[in-house]
Amino acid sequence: MEKHVAVVLPHPDDETFGCAGTIALYRRAGVPVTVVCGTLGQMGRNMGKPFFATRETLATVREKELRDACAVLDVTDVRLLGLRDKTIEFENREHLAERIARLLQDIGATDVITHYPGHGVHPDHDALGAATVRAVELIAEEKRPTLFCMAITRNRFEALGDPAVKNDISGVAETKLGAIRAHRSQSEAMLANMEKEYGDNPYGRDVQERFFRQELFWHYPAKA
Amino acid sequence: MGPIDKASVQTAIESFAGEDIYLHLETTNGAYAAHRQEQAMAVCAYIRNGRIRYDSGAIAGEGPFRVGLKMQEGWIYAEGLTDYEIDGQGRLLLAGHDGDGRLAVALELSRTAFPV
Repeated sequence: MEKHVAVVLPHPDDETFGCAGTIALYRRAGVPVTVVCGTLGQMGRNMGKPFFATRETLATVREKELRDACAVLDVTDVRLLGLRDKTIEFENREHLAERIARLLQDIGATDVITHYPGHGVHPDHDALGAATVRAVELIAEEKRPTLFCMAITRNRFEALGDPAVKNDISGVAETKLGAIRAHRSQSEAMLANMEKEYGDNPYGRDVQERFFRQELFWHYPAKA
Repeated sequence: MGPIDKASVQTAIESFAGEDIYLHLETTNGAYAAHRQEQAMAVCAYIRNGRIRYDSGAIAGEGPFRVGLKMQEGWIYAEGLTDYEIDGQGRLLLAGHDGDGRLAVALELSRTAFPV
């Protein structure tokens, strides 16, 4: 089976903050990547700095930002699940899993990136991660894609052990920064604060470590 | 959306009085509040498309502002409002933003349902 990566995450910008470097590396290697975005992040509180979005324009603003960020990452296949921000954990998980399973089979996904259930911090991350893990289980073993899960809790290393994959993304850090900038409503305040802290160099200490050097993934279940 | 003009907001509030309308009301401190600072809790509540009717309402304060809407059997209240807009669909959008432009509170009124 030809390698095809599906990134299944709930909010526009999760793909960028979480794994833009990994996506850029795959695209550089010619691997097709599909970004599946659960919601439009329409309940986010970041509105740009100075703010330019409102609660009622945010969905449209963020969909455009998602498409722009994906263009920076050389990803053209963007699928929207049409769920509502903050509500994924209240949807029927099995129905959602079946829908995701069909989508993964349609695109012929061999690798699936999602959030590690219970280690997503945001309830939408945990809920869509759990539905995606279930979706993968629903696919017949010989066609079943491999899960690569992102964990962002403070205790992730204690709880899950060493990550299965540590991608060195320093070579595509500029691309990742470009994708972060494309998510303007969500990143302006953060980048401004980073610049205040680190001068003109946005690649500051722990931020650099977190965002621009390495992206970590665990299989599911992790072998802790 | 721009800084609240108290008189314009008061006029808009009065224009919705006595009608069955849709309410969006929320407050949030961000989904990552607890993650960023261990003592903090992530707190958020929202109602989208609550069906309401109020008899009178007012904007109060010198900024940030407060809004109270008095219903036959209850109240709708929001504090910390800084900015407003009457959008192309005639909806009154009120929001409170912090120094980083992040929305902390919103109160919106509309004659038609807000999209979900």
